[in-house]
Amino acid sequence: MHQLTLAEIARGLADKSFSSEELTGALLSRIKQLDPQLNSFITITETQALEQARAADARRAAGETGALLGAPIAHKDLFCTNGVRTSCGSKMLDNFTAPYDATVVAKLAEAGMVTLGKTNMDEFAMGSANESSHYGAVKNPWNLEHVPGGSSGGSAAAVAARLLPATTGTDTGGSIRQPAALTNLTGLKPTYGRVSRWGMIAYASSLDQGGPLARTAEDCALLLQGMAGFDAKDSTSVDEPVPDFSANLNASLQGLRIGLPKEYFGAGLDPRIADLVQASVKELEKLGAVVKEISLPNMQHAIPAYYVIAPAEASSNLSRFDGVRFGYRCEDPKDLTDLYKRSRGEGFGAEVQRRIMVGTYALSAGYYDAYYVKAQQIRRLIKNDFMAAFEEVDVIIGPTTPNPAWKIGAKAGDPVAEYLEDLYTITANLAGLPGLSMPAGFVDGLPVGVQLLAPYFQEGRLLNIAHRYQQVTDWHTRAPNGF
Amino acid sequence: MQWEVVIGLEIHTQLATQSKIFSGSATTFGSEPNTQASLVDLGMPGVLPVLNQEAVRMACMFGLAIDAEIGPRNVFARKNYFYPDLPKGYQISQMDLPIVGKGHLDIALEDGTIKRIGVTRAHLEEDAGKSLHEDFNGATGIDLNRAGTPLLEIVSEPDMRSAKEAVAYVKAIHALVRYLGICDGNMAEGSLRCDCNVSIRPKGQTEFGTRCEIKNVNSFRFIERAINSEIQRQIDLIEDGGKVVQETRLYDPNKDETRSMRSKEEANDYRYFPDPDLLPVVIEPSFLDSVRAALPELPPQKVERFQSQYGLSAYDANVLASSREQADYFEQVVKIGGDAKLAANWVMVELGSLLNKLGVEIDQSPVSAEHLGGMLLRIRDNTISGKIAKTVFEAMAAGEGDADGIISSRGLKQVTDTGAIDKMLDEMLAANAEQVEQYRAADEAKRGKMFGFFVGQAMKASKGKANPGQVNQLLKAKLEG
Repeated sequence: MHQLTLAEIARGLADKSFSSEELTGALLSRIKQLDPQLNSFITITETQALEQARAADARRAAGETGALLGAPIAHKDLFCTNGVRTSCGSKMLDNFTAPYDATVVAKLAEAGMVTLGKTNMDEFAMGSANESSHYGAVKNPWNLEHVPGGSSGGSAAAVAARLLPATTGTDTGGSIRQPAALTNLTGLKPTYGRVSRWGMIAYASSLDQGGPLARTAEDCALLLQGMAGFDAKDSTSVDEPVPDFSANLNASLQGLRIGLPKEYFGAGLDPRIADLVQASVKELEKLGAVVKEISLPNMQHAIPAYYVIAPAEASSNLSRFDGVRFGYRCEDPKDLTDLYKRSRGEGFGAEVQRRIMVGTYALSAGYYDAYYVKAQQIRRLIKNDFMAAFEEVDVIIGPTTPNPAWKIGAKAGDPVAEYLEDLYTITANLAGLPGLSMPAGFVDGLPVGVQLLAPYFQEGRLLNIAHRYQQVTDWHTRAPNGF
Repeated sequence: MQWEVVIGLEIHTQLATQSKIFSGSATTFGSEPNTQASLVDLGMPGVLPVLNQEAVRMACMFGLAIDAEIGPRNVFARKNYFYPDLPKGYQISQMDLPIVGKGHLDIALEDGTIKRIGVTRAHLEEDAGKSLHEDFNGATGIDLNRAGTPLLEIVSEPDMRSAKEAVAYVKAIHALVRYLGICDGNMAEGSLRCDCNVSIRPKGQTEFGTRCEIKNVNSFRFIERAINSEIQRQIDLIEDGGKVVQETRLYDPNKDETRSMRSKEEANDYRYFPDPDLLPVVIEPSFLDSVRAALPELPPQKVERFQSQYGLSAYDANVLASSREQADYFEQVVKIGGDAKLAANWVMVELGSLLNKLGVEIDQSPVSAEHLGGMLLRIRDNTISGKIAKTVFEAMAAGEGDADGIISSRGLKQVTDTGAIDKMLDEMLAANAEQVEQYRAADEAKRGKMFGFFVGQAMKASKGKANPGQVNQLLKAKLEG
């Protein structure tokens, strides 16, 4: 039963091949059996899951239908879940039980999804390897010595290992697409504003966006359908109609204009990955697409700009974790300053502290214009590059990551080396564009992803291309040994 | 050395919205601690702010009332600092692009002149919570009911030159926000709080001296005293060869002195940046038009109307229009009593000193506008004299009812019967035969003075009830023979 995709589960539940309770029970025992190897879950909500499954079965028995009714899900542990620990992968929130549901959690629960638990992640979503979690590193099911990517590493590893068909993740600089690429999944970062951020613990507010991870584009479409939509509780959410993402999955790609940015193929890209990108382009050409070389001239400024803006916002967003109202508080503070210093010093891990310090510095009097303002200018240039490119092409294609998954610990102590892995994904966050990573082959037995970027609110186009590609390729169907 | 004082003020006004600026919590004062604090007010992980449009509307009302430019695109920024009653570790405020730009406000000085005070800007922000240091066994309690209450911070130009001017300006702002109905102005509850920036410079010097900021002064009286004691401190310091250091100070009303709170070096770097959780606020011209159309009559228009409609002096009009309640009271008195100048006099002089003595505002006046207007009618139809009216007024203040009732129960009706006055005068002149003789012997200049004596005697004899006009006329005829 664990091999089923979300779409197959929907059919199985609809034709009563199995109940949600049966499915939930089977997946929970698989999680308990296999997850100790992976460490992809922080919290397993077994009792609640079985209750939700029975409730979903009752709803179905009462005549209700729906693709997500009774289907399993797990949430990245930064989506607040009422009555359940929401840790953000941090010691700071190890004792924090959320008093409310995030909009994403509430919407999916309303659609009848069964929450199996909360998945591991880089602390406060800061990382590209899922090594910075307070709950320990997550392992890549394709090779347990390797990282699964981050920061949604637990969400990716769990789906890749067939512990469940789909999970939610968040993407601030590539945190859905990069782990999807490194674990052979399809992962979608929607347009900024498409999915509500209410209840999603913020890392960098202007970049964060929730989205689905699954094995197929078809499943991503189903899950995104449940997540997307305007939310009055999030002022940055966009009041834009949500189309039926499944309706056009099979639309023809005849005449589709694909842009291949020349800047993507410079130094730093593993040539074997470059070859796989070219191979996927060939497949799309066979499906009727037309390929064109384009330019994104300001792309090389993206990482420096991101590592000013994201830490700057984070330094402010994480100020509320001060030991006063919730979360970790140090023992026996001798005064207020001591309470702040030790609660934060002991509650936050090294990477979080590094980014808070970088962000605080970038916003300081005398440095603000040189760093923050300059980074915002770069952000505008990058957006303009995309706007110009989308005058000529319908979608942009390229590698999701410059390298396949690295060994756990290989980049420890060299944060910049890890930052550079976000080279291809970060621009979509800076510009607010939707992006999707899909499986496109293997290097040394490790998965490789290809990224597609589209104009604002064209998630449907990304899903259509990925789905058509997955009809003629089988990379996405391959499972890691032992799972 | 002659010193010139330079004062600029930052006034925080709590806007009278039903709910908070970024959450749906109520803003009622005095509720049980933390009963008006939602997830957003608590700064829970994952929560987001949503701007209350009513706060924007009120800020626009204020901007229009001081003739300021309203920022067509204003931006909320985060002011970052740690404090236990600041739940998010930052305050959402406005920095580079405030909602209200440069404007001005006219104040009436005591000598009757009008001075224009510049307003640099006014911006929207959220209030912090309160730290409670008592009754927690040495720990500090935090009440977040106030956290997120909308504030409009009004920043003046350094245009004031004395503590009295500063108070007049705060009173004018106080009156204006109450006119507009955007703030209840209750200073005791902290609805209107004031930071005073004070510096001195030798008279004639153009550059400013080093300023000190006195934080959070909460009454008109304390504003005046705090500024004056700070001025004196700075003068003493400089005249003793010292230097003023830029710092934030607190006023201690018990000792009537300011003391240092933190120096410039200790000041926070607030690391302002645009709040990424909120979009820029775009004020459409049509929205502004609707706000403008709904503005009540404001002090400047009211002052003008009081002069043209009632023929009042500029000073009287300014004083009467200084609060909406006083202006309404005055107009009600005129409506009943009919004579605007007489009404203005009574409201400003007799009623003013009564309220002062009682220490109450005009809306708690023991004499209602209806009663005062009714009494003016009796002055105008000669039922009572101006002098008797004071007795009637005192009786009304003591709660003895309306003027007609008091006049009849106390027998204060003016005597206008010529025969009766004639008889009373004859008796009085007979009793003062010596003075009558002296009068008749005196020249014109001396007679003038002596005439007053006879009028006084006559009024005394009639217990003030004789009609003064008739007394004058008859007395003159009798003395001149």
